[in-house]
Amino acid sequence: MSGPEAQWRAALAEGRLLIQRTADGKAVFPPRVMAPGEGGALEWVEASGGGTVHSFSWIQQRPPEPTFNVAVVELDEGARLMSRVVGVVEGELAIGQRVAAFIDTDGAEPLVLFRREDAA
Amino acid sequence: MSDAFPRGRSAIAGLATYGVGETPGQTSMEMTARAGLLALADAGLGLGDVDALYICQPDDFFAGLSFAEYLGIRPRYTDNNRTGGSAFMSHVASAALALDAGYIDCALIAYGSNQRSRGGKLATKITSNQWDAPYRPIFPVTSYALAAQRHMHLYGTTREHLAHVALSARAWAVTNPEAFARAPLTLEECLSARMISTPISRADCCLVTDGAAAIVMTRTDRARNLARPPVPVLGAAAAAWWNSIVQAEDMTVTGAQESGARAMAMAGVTHADIATVQLYDAFTINTILFLEDLGFCAKGEGGPFVASGAIAPGGSLPVNTNGGGLSYCHPGMYGLFAIIEAARQIRGEAANPLGGVDVALAHGNGGTLSSQATVILGSAATL
Repeated sequence: MSGPEAQWRAALAEGRLLIQRTADGKAVFPPRVMAPGEGGALEWVEASGGGTVHSFSWIQQRPPEPTFNVAVVELDEGARLMSRVVGVVEGELAIGQRVAAFIDTDGAEPLVLFRREDAA
Repeated sequence: MSDAFPRGRSAIAGLATYGVGETPGQTSMEMTARAGLLALADAGLGLGDVDALYICQPDDFFAGLSFAEYLGIRPRYTDNNRTGGSAFMSHVASAALALDAGYIDCALIAYGSNQRSRGGKLATKITSNQWDAPYRPIFPVTSYALAAQRHMHLYGTTREHLAHVALSARAWAVTNPEAFARAPLTLEECLSARMISTPISRADCCLVTDGAAAIVMTRTDRARNLARPPVPVLGAAAAAWWNSIVQAEDMTVTGAQESGARAMAMAGVTHADIATVQLYDAFTINTILFLEDLGFCAKGEGGPFVASGAIAPGGSLPVNTNGGGLSYCHPGMYGLFAIIEAARQIRGEAANPLGGVDVALAHGNGGTLSSQATVILGSAATL
């Protein structure tokens, strides 16, 4: 049987964003073999995909390479992950902004990205 | 929870820095060995006295073994702790315990890097984990930028506040002949510096220099009979709260809150007793976060605190009196240099001597605000 990380990647490849949940309902990401801090069992749940921007940074590159953002997104279930909010330019991203997840399949590996909820 | 520490029973008996700034043509191990020899000579000891090695090099995962081989000694204990730039504060903690237990008699704690002369880039092979890396954060800058952005959001901290950390550090460095960056710096220069990962600009980042450092620790009763005044270790505590900043419960609150409180309790000192604070300023936001988390100002008030001039020369709390990682030196890992500046202030030998320092705090940071470790040093009068 594969470990939680491989299971998570397999689900993502099928278009599902999974997170884990502890017995008392706390969301966990990245995937683990046990509930952090207590050691109990975890179960998989599909994330709703809704979230808010918890923090962000615009990475400056030497022109003509474009500026891009890195965002920490807090999913509505409670877990946080690093990602990118697409479809915004510098100045259009703010902490607390509502975003929605989608799975980008353009690259070698599927990637969880976000867009503004009002643009979803 | 037990938090026993052998207060004052071990001491820094010797210390040295070597090759701070630019030291072309030397390897990291050569520089580390020279710093070690200088620290031993400072203590009036020799290589044959060393029976325990503590080291963490950015580019050598087996540095403990390489260093023992290079020095030609067979240590009874070797510690190659890899908690980043705070490793050296943890070294002091474990060396103090081992010395007091009689497990070792003489610890050499050393570090050195030629990263500036070798190419001017951070030499570490450490980078973002597999969950963060696909989004291409700049390691480690973006992690600190995320914390700074959140601090600005929650507390109204500004880029001017961050700049005042750099300005204060530079004001100390101007009068430290060993400091690498000594040219006067202005607020305008800080604010117009090239942006790297918002809100962190070039002016918010530490230097990339060469440099080596070493300290020698023995039991305090032995150190009293050595060449230099002993600097007793009054308390030392480390905290590891996360690795990736994404996993921080609150990325504006670090484990310094825990390590500082524990180290101060072990030392039996309050904030009013601490004459100077040497902390790990890899980025300007660090100084603000650590001053808050160590309790020198309230959470969220670090920005106005530094902007008031409190940490600059003439201020109420002398911080990073050598110029810090922002202006003195930052050869990849800075922790040991903070410890040495604290000890130099207590010995009255710092380039910017404060005079009459009986208690000094040195605080280390490792990873991306991940590992925090605090050491409280005292004068003989504190025993």
